[in-house]
Amino acid sequence: MDKEDTISRSGSSESDEKQQPPRLFESIHAGFPSPAEDIPGTALDINKLVVKNPASTFFARVSGDSMEGDGIRDGDILVIDKSEEPRDGAIAVCFINGEFTVKRLRIQDKSITLVPSNPRYRPVTIREGDDLTIWGIVRYVIKKV
Amino acid sequence: MFALADCNNFFVSCERVFRPNLEGRPVVVLSNNDGCAIARSNEAKKLGVKMGQPMFEFRHLVESGAVTVFSSNFSLYGDMSRRVQMTLSRFAPAIEVYSIDESFIDLRGMSPDTDFDRWAKNVSRECRRCTGIPVSVGVSPTKTLAKIASKLCKQYPATRGGCWMHRKQDVEKVLRTFAIEDIWGIGRRYSKRFKGYFGMDTAWDFYTREESWVSSEMGIGGVRTWKELHGMPCIEFEDTEQAKKQIMISRTFAKEITDPDDLSAQVSMFCAMAVEKLRKQGSCCGSVTTFITTNRFHKDSGRSQFESRLTQFPTATDSTIEINAAVMRTLQEMFRKGYGYKRAGVVLGDIIQADKVQMAFFDNVDRERHARLMSVMDSINRRDGRNTIGVASQSLDGIKMNREHLSPCYTTDWNDIPVVHC
Repeated sequence: MDKEDTISRSGSSESDEKQQPPRLFESIHAGFPSPAEDIPGTALDINKLVVKNPASTFFARVSGDSMEGDGIRDGDILVIDKSEEPRDGAIAVCFINGEFTVKRLRIQDKSITLVPSNPRYRPVTIREGDDLTIWGIVRYVIKKV
Repeated sequence: MFALADCNNFFVSCERVFRPNLEGRPVVVLSNNDGCAIARSNEAKKLGVKMGQPMFEFRHLVESGAVTVFSSNFSLYGDMSRRVQMTLSRFAPAIEVYSIDESFIDLRGMSPDTDFDRWAKNVSRECRRCTGIPVSVGVSPTKTLAKIASKLCKQYPATRGGCWMHRKQDVEKVLRTFAIEDIWGIGRRYSKRFKGYFGMDTAWDFYTREESWVSSEMGIGGVRTWKELHGMPCIEFEDTEQAKKQIMISRTFAKEITDPDDLSAQVSMFCAMAVEKLRKQGSCCGSVTTFITTNRFHKDSGRSQFESRLTQFPTATDSTIEINAAVMRTLQEMFRKGYGYKRAGVVLGDIIQADKVQMAFFDNVDRERHARLMSVMDSINRRDGRNTIGVASQSLDGIKMNREHLSPCYTTDWNDIPVVHC
């Protein structure tokens, strides 16, 4: 990808619209006018459904089976919002021991516990001073059926 | 008021978002071809890795594991830059994207009662929260001062990523210790002269000169900078996408080139790429500079030899044929047999909009014919891929780059998204 091209697509769609002169006609062409011309609406965009904030949304692929109880299986794609605050009960992507992991958070006064949803795995409690980064909160899971 | 939002060690920060364990550790991002350092974490700076330093000079640090290096991954940096810009645009109506890691924000529409110190800290926090990128936000009455304010944020962690520098006594206190070469608009050449001839070391030494002295030394550009330091806004806010004033294409070659035809082919390709960009933005250039760097080290400086030639066009042009001919002519003048060439490039200068071109009185180029030919060339290259057709000296197969330490394109390629274990 061209570096300059990337930069030029700068601001939000709002600012893009601002630079466009107002359009009077969609286009001028001869022939029978399309009956759908005046009906607003565009095709559904899956991004609109799963992405709340495009600036802070990232995707990641799941490897492993410790979250099967929550329907998160090997090969699924997680939609992660990095801007969301971690709260008790949320499913979060965390960075611990040099790798990313996904678990349900149990937040208590002095500790955070990473809870799997497969009985074959055990919860891990993180104490103060342990090295844990809560990287983002999982908002959707995309899976192939 | 204006703000400058500057991403800290941007390329390094992008890599760290996806490798959080590198937080607090020395990290260096290398230029195209893994040639030299183009971004360094603070820890790598402390280890003595310099900006632009060739990789072979600090290879031992990499091999011992003290420094982690990355090849530059512009897909990733471009996407992360876009995310930061999106976040910034939530806080102000107009942002001017100045470079991949810096944006100016126009705050003139905001209430004068705004606590811009709080505003700046908030913007910085939001950028970090949404994108993971640490951003320094400096707010000041002029763009030049805003740049200085954002540098302060980096120096003083207590600012928590944002500061508002506006009272005269605060500005003057900062300028007293601010290095003269770090002022936006002064540049290396002037600061070297100011230090050498006039013993000026700090921004303060420049700030306290008479306007007339600045004018005679540096001309109108210098006066603009001087006035900006005195709190008078002189540099326009450019939120519409500005045409580039200079276009440069250059590469370090994976292998040294000794054959004149090979070198011509490469340089000719850079020329074609640069001129295509020029036409894409609807401009013409008044000059072209060709440069080459040999591997032969200079006896005195120990640096490799750099040679460049400038060609000026009587009439500004956007013709690949005309510009390429000039580049090839100067390349021939500079080329010396028996030398290996490590790097070459083409810089188009004196760029103006195509519709503002003044014709020279005796113009011996058939501009209309060239223009028709160029537009056909561009459309074929757009349709069938870059470098499908070009002028005869141009190499069509591109250059293979060394990118040994490339990170995955975490955000722009589905095959490269991060893996989460569970």
